[in-house]
Amino acid sequence: MENFYLDGTTKTPKLSLNPQTGKFMMSGRSIPENSIEFYKPLFEWLDEYVKNPSAQTSFDIQLEYFNTSSSKCLVEIFRRLEKIKDNDTVVNWFYEEDDEDMQESGEDFKEIIDLKIVMSMIES
Amino acid sequence: MDFNNYYKLMQSSQVIMSYKGAASSKLLDGIISASQAKLDEIETKKSIHRKVVGILIEILQNIYHHFNKTSILPYLEDDSSVMFIFAKTSDEYIITAGNHILKSEILAIKSRIDEVNEMDADQLKAKYREILESGEFSDKGGAGLGIIDIAKKSGGKLGYEFIDHNEHLSYFSLIVKISAI
Repeated sequence: MENFYLDGTTKTPKLSLNPQTGKFMMSGRSIPENSIEFYKPLFEWLDEYVKNPSAQTSFDIQLEYFNTSSSKCLVEIFRRLEKIKDNDTVVNWFYEEDDEDMQESGEDFKEIIDLKIVMSMIES
Repeated sequence: MDFNNYYKLMQSSQVIMSYKGAASSKLLDGIISASQAKLDEIETKKSIHRKVVGILIEILQNIYHHFNKTSILPYLEDDSSVMFIFAKTSDEYIITAGNHILKSEILAIKSRIDEVNEMDADQLKAKYREILESGEFSDKGGAGLGIIDIAKKSGGKLGYEFIDHNEHLSYFSLIVKISAI
């Protein structure tokens, strides 16, 4: 299985997922008008990945902004990762010290997603 | 917004940027980046800066998704339906964004905003999680997540106005205030 890689733009995040090491990363902004269209290739890649995942999956997410349609896509991404058998997946949710909204978003996901989500504060 | 309110806003605040034009993705992106560049100059508090930009994005994308071109443009003289005013008083930012809607949409929009305004911070948070968890999903965001997000982030009540435009259309404005202190 190939790596999934996309450069970031002013409206879409940088995405870098390595199926061998299980190291996933998302950073930047996620504010496309049509989030489903943007994330569809990633959903499909993840559908394949979860069939034969790495022993451990760790997903670093460090977003500056994301719109509400992207938040639904994040749920879709997490729902896929929930399917991994004997799940040892860790999501690291990064937020800046004074960014209450980003902190609250991480806590929202923690509440509704059945994965280990670690809140990681970045000191500003 | 009627002239009276517009006048009051202009008098009591500093207009950071305003726009009147079409609801195209490119133009709305332009407003977001121009507003952000202006904010870079005047807002030194990172947390407020971030909050204002986040709300701006959500408001403008909300217009983009819900502006129903095919049903509205036939009743308009030109396509410049969107009006956007980004202003600041001594203690708050005020974002007013409007577009034409069909008169038949008034009730649904009004009740959606009223419903959000009746919720306190905890209820908004719970409602947001509930919609997110249910996975109701469409390209338009759907299920009113956008308006809840705007209310949640702004921490205040959402203002709105409907002004008669013609036989078929009304002008809908959403007014969002964000504390600048």
